[in-house]
Amino acid sequence: MSNLATPDLDAEKLARLTRELESLTAAQLYWVAAWSAAQAEQAQRSSPVVVAPAGRAAERLTILYGSQTGNAKRIAGQLANRAEAAGLPARLLRADAYPQRELAQERHLLLVISTQGDGEPPDDARGLFEFITGKRVPKLPALQFAVLGLGDSSYPQFCTIGRQLDARLAELGATRLSAFGEADVEIEAVAALWAEQALAELRERLKQVGPPVRATPLHAVPSRSTYSREQPFAAPVLANQRIVARDSARDVRHVELSLEGSGLHYQPGDALGVWPRNPSALVEQWLEVLRLDGAQEVTCQGRTLPLRQWLGCEREVTRLHRGFIAALAAAGGHDELARLLQPEQSPQLAAVLADDQPIDLLRRYPATWQPEALLAALRPLAPRLYSIASSAKAVGEEVHLTVAVVDYQAHGSAHWGTASAFLAAADEDGKVPVFIEPNERFRLPADGSRDIIMIGPGTGVAPFRAFVQERRESGATGRNWLFFGNRHFAGDFLYQVEWQQALKDGSLHRLDLAFSRDSAFSESPHRDVRGVARDSHKVYVQQRLREQGAELYEWLKGGAHLYVCGDSKYMARDVHAALVDVIAAHGNQLPDEAQSWLGELLQQGRYARDVY
Amino acid sequence: MTTKLSHFEHLKAASRFLRGGIAEGLADPVTGAIGDDDTKLLKFHGSYQQDDRDLREERRKQKLEPAYAFMLRARLPGGVVTPAQWLVFDRIAREHANGSLRITTRQTFQWHGIIKRKLKPTIAAIHDALATTIAACGDVVRNVVSTANPVESAAHAEAYAWATRLSAELAPKTRAYHEIWLDGEKLHGDAHPVEEHEPLYGATYLPRKFKIGLAIPPLNDVDVFAQDLGLIAIVEQGVLSGFNIAVGGGMGVTHDDASTYPRLASVIGFATPEQLFHVAEAVIGVQRDWGDRAERQHARLKYTLDRRGLDVFKAELESRLGFALATPREYRFAHNGDRYGWVEGRDGNWHLTLHIESGRLADVGERRWLSGLRELAKVHTGDFRLTCNQNVIVANVATAERERIDAIVREHGLDAYRKQSAIRRHAIACVALPTCGLAMAESERYLPALLPKLETLLERHDLADAPILLRLSGCPNGCSRPYLGEIALVGRGPGRYDLRLGADFSGQRLNQVYRENVDEAAILDALDPLFVRYATERTDGEGFGDFLLRAGILVPPPSRRIPAELVA
Ligand code: SRM
Ligand SMILES: Cc1cc2nc3c(=O)[nH]c(=O)nc-3n(C[C@H](O)[C@H](O)[C@H](O)COP(=O)(O)OP(=O)(O)OC[C@H]3O[C@@H](n4cnc5c(N)ncnc54)[C@H](O)[C@@H]3O)c2cc1C
Ligand SMILES: Cc1cc2nc3c(=O)[nH]c(=O)nc-3n(C[C@H](O)[C@H](O)[C@H](O)COP(=O)(O)O)c2cc1C
Ligand code: SF4
Repeated sequence: MSNLATPDLDAEKLARLTRELESLTAAQLYWVAAWSAAQAEQAQRSSPVVVAPAGRAAERLTILYGSQTGNAKRIAGQLANRAEAAGLPARLLRADAYPQRELAQERHLLLVISTQGDGEPPDDARGLFEFITGKRVPKLPALQFAVLGLGDSSYPQFCTIGRQLDARLAELGATRLSAFGEADVEIEAVAALWAEQALAELRERLKQVGPPVRATPLHAVPSRSTYSREQPFAAPVLANQRIVARDSARDVRHVELSLEGSGLHYQPGDALGVWPRNPSALVEQWLEVLRLDGAQEVTCQGRTLPLRQWLGCEREVTRLHRGFIAALAAAGGHDELARLLQPEQSPQLAAVLADDQPIDLLRRYPATWQPEALLAALRPLAPRLYSIASSAKAVGEEVHLTVAVVDYQAHGSAHWGTASAFLAAADEDGKVPVFIEPNERFRLPADGSRDIIMIGPGTGVAPFRAFVQERRESGATGRNWLFFGNRHFAGDFLYQVEWQQALKDGSLHRLDLAFSRDSAFSESPHRDVRGVARDSHKVYVQQRLREQGAELYEWLKGGAHLYVCGDSKYMARDVHAALVDVIAAHGNQLPDEAQSWLGELLQQGRYARDVY
Repeated sequence: MTTKLSHFEHLKAASRFLRGGIAEGLADPVTGAIGDDDTKLLKFHGSYQQDDRDLREERRKQKLEPAYAFMLRARLPGGVVTPAQWLVFDRIAREHANGSLRITTRQTFQWHGIIKRKLKPTIAAIHDALATTIAACGDVVRNVVSTANPVESAAHAEAYAWATRLSAELAPKTRAYHEIWLDGEKLHGDAHPVEEHEPLYGATYLPRKFKIGLAIPPLNDVDVFAQDLGLIAIVEQGVLSGFNIAVGGGMGVTHDDASTYPRLASVIGFATPEQLFHVAEAVIGVQRDWGDRAERQHARLKYTLDRRGLDVFKAELESRLGFALATPREYRFAHNGDRYGWVEGRDGNWHLTLHIESGRLADVGERRWLSGLRELAKVHTGDFRLTCNQNVIVANVATAERERIDAIVREHGLDAYRKQSAIRRHAIACVALPTCGLAMAESERYLPALLPKLETLLERHDLADAPILLRLSGCPNGCSRPYLGEIALVGRGPGRYDLRLGADFSGQRLNQVYRENVDEAAILDALDPLFVRYATERTDGEGFGDFLLRAGILVPPPSRRIPAELVA
């Protein structure tokens, strides 16, 4: 390296780098070279990419505890003191306060955890337990650890949680500092012995360690992804979790996909393209209504496939369009349908397009179809887009989505949305064909000190989850203000606990909420016991915008960037109107002055919308 | 005993007489909860923050906070409710809570599942019904219970009068309650307390909850020996001549912690009605000053007594009183359960005691108990009395009214008790899951499953009408007073309990562990042979608990030793 010019690499960085590199084999060094080049290219093309926070894990000791009634917490506290006393600076964390992605870098870990319920983890450790025992946990060759299990031998599942973690960590390649400790109701004695061993052993090893070894990634990151809209990447499903309460009217899913090895990279604001398959139940309904055989081979545009597959994977069967109406009118000789396409009937046509799916018309207007004609009348199946709800800085090689499942009754039968139903049904071993759809017009301010205002009711909140993650990880100093709305506080507050956490850790500064179907009971005079029945007016985000007008305007004047995401039918329009009012009122401008001011903001990219 | 004050003590001191940040917490729209510390202060206002534990795990996965809701407890001295109040309470249950009214083991009502933004209007509505929730919980004198005994009409009237007076005069005086819930004008903003003080309690209130109960022999339905301060009414020739004073009762225990234990109150003397109030105040005063404020685990009066010594305590008490307590008078308790059906009071009025399983008034299928009592409240001209056995008495019914009452009772399936086994009539279960944050096992929801199994065993041995006190608690805190059950299950974990046996039938002897941390099968296996012997060997009228000791199946519990660490 010596004979290379080193662009602003301070001595300390350089030293660390050299130290790291020395420990690598030739092969590893070549890989690093290739990888760095790729990183460099990335960096030039756009923003900095994921470089896992190395931290000073090498010397750090982490002590985690999972505790229901406080015993493990107490013991862990004592342990931390012992460690300090032994000259081993330790950080003490409750399991659910531990950033799980740091585990990959962790070097020395002591874990104290009780067993609860019928052999379950304590509530505060359920997340960590699932992570470590789950399939997404990284290999941990560099980790040295010891586990102390707390329990009560009068339970059938004595200390089972601690034991499982101990075994799992070893299985992941980590090495034990001490045998698994198993504390019955007399905890202290066992705990003390275990702590002594673990700490003594740790001191020994710290004496010997040279430069810490790094876990080499399983495969190299190609410099540019070979995947695209046309060649989507089959992304393994990591999680598919309903994130509204059981009694919520509409299902909303949090979907986590893996991009590992795809070389796909995204920015907050980008969308993910998803190639769906049509609901098989719907395809069968088609075949039944049309009295066609799904097995028969049909040739279309030079390709030959079974009809069932054509309808399932190659054609739009949920979205109605004029062309299909015309074809159906012709095929069945339905004049009234044909008339629907005349200009003077456009309101009626609009209604049909809004309310009906093709299957509804097929039922209403019988016709005999030749398979070829049918396929010609249908549009090719198109991918759907979903705002990316994660920041790569926070989640690494994953991408998260927030999906409202289209699944409703109409004309006396069940109706589905193709992609949302497809995603809702994707199970955790499945794969989803995806690609990145960049959205350069929906970007965080390059200047991290700018404030941002995010308006995202319903699933419109998705990109703002990514924004807040990104600003937290990149240490942006600007303030973040989120407006969120949905039906009910109790069941539809998407990512509630994450927002609460963000408010606590200062990565979200203001959160204003509008739940349209909760009564405004609290506002009603306390003497009215029948408040619920009486009060039924609905509150939407635009009302909150007006209420907060003065401060909102101050933020905008101060250079804040403004983002709106979600429903385009009503929300975007009403929110825009509210913004005009706010600016007019508090900047005392005429409405059209306010309009043009917003127009300018749009021009400058300070007012960005991502509506659908 | 350590001397470092517990966090809770600092909290009370800094709370500006129980205000803390409750008002701010109520206004926070981002969560259905209030601040952690404020949940502790909220108890003094009669409410507990809880969450539906059935949904906890599911909602965690959904990235939603727990389904927070609040439990509200009314302060109803002596458990007396007017029909007008009943109708308001019933409406609150249906419109603001989970559709049920819960009669507690301290003869008052609880509502469950009140969401945050409805808490204030609900408390206001209770206030408008001339009731309150203040100090129904917290480190203060709780709801004062008194015998629901309807027969001794005159004596009951007096006892009830005393319960009411004690309850009223011993309640906290802070204006915080009015400020926060009733839009009362603010006494002070965030600054230091203005002219507000608690003459009896002081700014840090008591070290722990403090319970007063008043019993009129031969009925011990309040379990007078489970109270911090137990008052045994001495009625001579129909006149109330005074009260025997019992101190230091309590049930709560922590598993595997020998320094905690249930304790029966010790009778230390007799006081005339004139003296009663001073005595009560003095007992509370000594506990206020001597109670352990470092470890809440050891803060109840029972531990204060055992630590300092009963005679030391009594001496201190009498020096504060300026007079000595007279020697206790004779008394005899026959039982601590309720008598169901109609009874005539000495004054010629009739009283109907209805059995309410686990005290839960709700409409489920055939049982339309909530509606039934609503209908009763609409026509009833007397009053209602809740009992410490979680039952309700329709009290003071004129002879002419009985038929109408009976009709409503029948119509709503409230007459079930007629056909019930004796053990069912004598069963008490605490609330436990899903609302109780401390529950380790099911209790109220388990009782309906357990009873038939016990009944089958008992019938097999012709014990169907043997009255046996059965008490279930979902954890060792003992809210159903399980340590006074002839048979008691105390929760340890899902589906697992300690089986305790051997209490008497009148709340005067504690039971003991017979099987530790066992499941249902083991419980039934353990009981079956004991029932066999009881059926064949009992002398007539002999209770199950008494029998187990006489037969030598259980040895009398060793007189409780005071753990060394508790002796000052
Ligand atoms: C509702 C009730 C049980 C019932 O099924 O009726 C009850 C319910 C609870 N009790 Fe209790 N206790 C109830 C009578 C009792 C009794 C019986 C009595 O007082 O006659 C006892 C035993 C006597 C005693 O105090 O020792 C009792 C001893 C406790 C304890 C243990 C206290 C101790 O010093 O050890 C706790 C836990 C605590 O205070 O830390 C507790 C705590 C609780 C809480 C508030 C749990 C909590 O602290 O979060 C329970 C609320 C459950 C729920 O969802 O409603 N409850 N609790 C009773 C309400 C009485 C009332 O109206 O005020
Ligand atoms: C840039 C962008 C970002 C997006 N981000 C997200 C996101 O983050 N989260 C998200 O959930 N969606 C998002 N969408 C919308 C998403 O792309 C799909 O349009 C949506 O999921 C529906 O697609 P589908 O295949 O499930 O239903 P489709 O099969 O496309 O629709 C089925 C048909 O059903 C009818 N229909 C649909 N809903 C109803 C209803 N409620 N009542 C009556 N008829 C109805 C319509 O006629 C529709 O044509 C985004 C769209 C865009 C363009
Ligand atoms: C409801 C409950 C269930 C329990 N279940 C188990 C169990 O299945 N296995 C076990 O070994 N210990 C069990 N225990 C015992 C606890 O693990 C033990 O009390 C431990 O010290 C608690 O530590 P903590 O306070 O840090 O949670 C249980 C305890 C409770 C209260
Ligand atoms: S005994 Fe335990 S479980 Fe039952 S109500 Fe009381 S605290 Fe809850």
